[in-house]
Amino acid sequence: MNSKAYDVIIVGAGVVGCMIARFLSRYKLDILLIDKEADLCMGTTASNTAIIHAGYDPVPGSLKAAMNVRGNRMWDTLAAELGIPFERRGDYVVAVGKEELPSLDALYDKGMQNGVPGMLLISGDELRRREPGINPEVSGALWASTGGIADPFAAAVAPAENAVRNGVEVMLETEFQGFLMDGSRVVGIQSSRGELRSRWVVNSAGIYSDAVMHKAGIRPEFKITPRRGEYYVFDRADIAINNVLFPVPTKVSKGILVTTTVHGNTIIGPNAQNIDDKEDRSVTREGLNEVWQGARKLLPQLELKHAIAVFAGLRPAGNAPCATAGVDCKNDYIIEIPDSVSGLVNLGGIESPGLVSAPAIAERVVELLQDAGERLVEKHDWDPIRSPRPRFRELPKEEQKILVHNDPSYGRIVCRCESVTEGEILAEIRAPIPARTYDALKRRTWLGTGRCQGGFDIPRVVEILSRELGLSPLEMSKKGVGSRFLTRPTKEVEADHAEADV
Amino acid sequence: MLKQMYDVVVIGSGPAGLAAAVEAKKQGAEDVLVIERAQELGGILQQCIHNGFGVEIFKEDLPGPAYAQRFIDEVYQLGVEILLDAMVLDLSSGRRIYATSSQSGIVELSARAVVLAMGCRERTRAQIHLPGSRPAGVYTAGTAQRFVNIEGYMPGSRCVVLGSGDIGMIMARRLTFEGAQVERVLEIMPFLTGLMRNYVQCLRDFDIPLQLRHTVSRIVGNNRVEAVEVVQVNENREPIAGTEEVIPCDTLLLSVGLIPENELSRKAGVALDPITGGPYVDERMQTNISGIFAAGNVVHVYDLVDWVTEAAYLAGRSAAHYALEERRRFAGRVRLESGNNVRYVVPHAIDRESLAEADQRLQLRVSEPIEERVSVEVSAGEERIARSVHRYVRPGEMVSIDIPQKAYDTVQRAESLRVSIRSG
Ligand SMILES: Cc1cc2nc3c(=O)[nH]c(=O)nc-3n(C[C@H](O)[C@H](O)[C@H](O)COP(=O)(O)OP(=O)(O)OC[C@H]3O[C@@H](n4cnc5c(N)ncnc54)[C@H](O)[C@@H]3O)c2cc1C
Ligand SMILES: Cc1cc2nc3c(=O)[nH]c(=O)nc-3n(C[C@H](O)[C@H](O)[C@H](O)COP(=O)(O)OP(=O)(O)OC[C@H]3O[C@@H](n4cnc5c(N)ncnc54)[C@H](O)[C@@H]3O)c2cc1C
Repeated sequence: MNSKAYDVIIVGAGVVGCMIARFLSRYKLDILLIDKEADLCMGTTASNTAIIHAGYDPVPGSLKAAMNVRGNRMWDTLAAELGIPFERRGDYVVAVGKEELPSLDALYDKGMQNGVPGMLLISGDELRRREPGINPEVSGALWASTGGIADPFAAAVAPAENAVRNGVEVMLETEFQGFLMDGSRVVGIQSSRGELRSRWVVNSAGIYSDAVMHKAGIRPEFKITPRRGEYYVFDRADIAINNVLFPVPTKVSKGILVTTTVHGNTIIGPNAQNIDDKEDRSVTREGLNEVWQGARKLLPQLELKHAIAVFAGLRPAGNAPCATAGVDCKNDYIIEIPDSVSGLVNLGGIESPGLVSAPAIAERVVELLQDAGERLVEKHDWDPIRSPRPRFRELPKEEQKILVHNDPSYGRIVCRCESVTEGEILAEIRAPIPARTYDALKRRTWLGTGRCQGGFDIPRVVEILSRELGLSPLEMSKKGVGSRFLTRPTKEVEADHAEADV
Repeated sequence: MLKQMYDVVVIGSGPAGLAAAVEAKKQGAEDVLVIERAQELGGILQQCIHNGFGVEIFKEDLPGPAYAQRFIDEVYQLGVEILLDAMVLDLSSGRRIYATSSQSGIVELSARAVVLAMGCRERTRAQIHLPGSRPAGVYTAGTAQRFVNIEGYMPGSRCVVLGSGDIGMIMARRLTFEGAQVERVLEIMPFLTGLMRNYVQCLRDFDIPLQLRHTVSRIVGNNRVEAVEVVQVNENREPIAGTEEVIPCDTLLLSVGLIPENELSRKAGVALDPITGGPYVDERMQTNISGIFAAGNVVHVYDLVDWVTEAAYLAGRSAAHYALEERRRFAGRVRLESGNNVRYVVPHAIDRESLAEADQRLQLRVSEPIEERVSVEVSAGEERIARSVHRYVRPGEMVSIDIPQKAYDTVQRAESLRVSIRSG
């Protein structure tokens, strides 16, 4: 039982919760960030397309559109301050055949209304010149120069580390179970680790944000429907797409696109399928097939044999109508301090473009608190900077030499496909928010994401983790409770131990 | 202390790398260096503690580590230099090598000749597009083998094995020895993809069922594998609806093929055969880049280590000769083509003059199994120049055939040589 009273408890450490923690860490507040999982960033933030959308897609006038465009503008500074891999390389919406051309005009108009700068309609010939592998039947494209790509894991880990640096506490494997109320005022939460008291609670629980707000009696009609999107990842060595290529959007989603990650791998997806189970991030044969057909429409020469991974993410699709009268958006973001319950900052339905919008949402939360009369006093020693840790693979040879010279553990490769070194792994285990599982290391270093998918590194990582954490290899897990790698020692080893005990 | 220039640098110290280094040294190359990323020599053999190695070369049935030890002793005796715990990250067509290690830091050096011996890696779940959740408990058979044989831990207690490759069958037996329950081995093809010997010794003798024409259609379990859904497939390898069956288990082992590890080769501009996944090589095991040779599983996946050793001797010898500039008169090459029921042939081409020196051995794999008397033939146009008769041919078992020296004259005139399988 934690007897401390916090000023703010943030429930959910996806990109939204982590950004809020970081933006609030600027002020003299006692802040606690919790998540039910063994690491940050294990929800929707861990599986998405990772595009920093320009903002021509959301319905003009919606909160989504506002957050997208405002968030997009923040990314250069944000990425620089926090060391988040980010590239503003622009994106294309590609029309195939004459009949799709009008959709581009419609998007362009929407973008203008949303205040998206730097858009251009280009011809099919021009796009074929820029991306030679594109479907020859391309008739034109919308080019948005402010589009970009980011590392979604770093987008959560980096602000959270920066928040910790500025005094925020993080508690993992801590589940929100209900609110502590004093009349209509929230005074804390009931958690799997007992009662935690605070003056404010922020609901940033992603796909479970409906369940959380219902515990406070807010918006009983609000419901999140998980909408699954599946992907293929391709081997960097075989396919290199330089651009972010969207098809023209459908009613339900932005369609199956072809993009590249900041890591250089081409990915295709996602499809869109509503499901019931909020934990079901499995991939299906039908879904993958749909993704494949969709991507071939843009890039006919793709070859499936170069796929090295598949994954799926769940969009937290909400049903909250836009609060502004006359705006026809039935699934807008909720970012509010509700009238009926005080002490609650309530978010919901933060689906795509949630990654782009996260910093804008965090700023909006600061504004809401101020509007609610919270006196936010800046810390004089707030440090906005979080330096990224070295990535051996990305350094020029001369710098690799210096790194290895100074710390020989950077000379030992543990993940052969991605050239991740022991030094990088040790640094993550010793980081401000320590990586304690295989997936936590994977998300931070990209180990195991290459063509052998961990086949080579898993035994080595289990050994390093258990050595560093001082625990038995049997306790090492992929992603926390219930996901251990190993079941028991072999007979020979057991016999040795038995002998040693005698 | 490492030198700046070596006669021969061998990358990888599995049976291929070790044999190449031994032979290069014996052929007179003075400075020979083996670079190995693991902390000990021997490659994949160190985790193959089962018997079955050396029957052809030593006429002895050895476990993997014992087979490797013979060559490890020999490289040390011959004075081959060894750099352990060092991974080669870059190789240029001019044979400049860039490696990283925790003990020697970043290493840069050059070689007069290079032997690629990086082995292979296992195909993974994604490459066979296996649907379902992504929990702990899905391992390639080789990863599981390392956990059990090197680290001393069991990866699970109730297992299903997908794929009838050799490592999968060997692991099915190993896990059974260790008290795990192996539910069954599934194979999507209508035939075994590993060695018949392994089927008999690892599955049949332990009553582990093998189901041909079956695959896993879904993995179940969010944190750890809880079950797999198994389904029968039709001739096009598509699932047949209604045949699904759910098998509770905590582990799925994948033994679905090996891929030669050639990322480094590509950096040097070495051209790769899309069928084998390895470099195009000639009868001296030279790649398209002169001075860069290749041996072992990096070229194509072998089923017996003895043939790896034999091919590596050849590569080591050729590399030494190249380094010492004893290059032979170059008479132009003749290509080897895959004919009826032949999936691939290695080498991909031979020098016309090579038959003046010795018979030339070809190794091949068939596409379809034939369980009756067949002959393997090499022909130059209409003329047959080599033939060997076999009781059967199977995709899982490599076939060798020699082109005899007496075919020298025919080969001088030939445009290409064709290898085919004929009945009877
Ligand atoms: C297929 C797909 C593609 C997308 N593509 C893009 C894109 O290209 N660009 C873009 O901007 N956005 C994209 N998005 C959207 C983006 O990923 C999300 O908007 C964003 O990640 C949401 O972040 P979050 O922090 O709100 O949610 P999450 O990351 O889900 O975080 C919520 C956290 O709350 C925790 N939690 C839940 N319940 C509890 C509880 N009871 N107690 C404690 N903790 C709890 C969870 O464990 C989780 O860590 C995409 C989404 C999907 C699914
Ligand atoms: C599980 C298994 C079971 C087998 N069972 C049998 C059997 O019963 N009988 C039999 O005869 N044969 C068997 N074989 C086949 C035989 O063991 C292999 O064919 C043989 O080991 C291949 O030798 P290699 O030297 O080509 O590759 P490997 O043994 O794989 O050696 C490659 C070496 O190169 C190193 N390396 C790779 N890249 C780099 C780099 N960039 N820098 C530095 N070093 C690098 C690796 O660390 C490794 O040590 C088995 C194979 C396997 C995988």
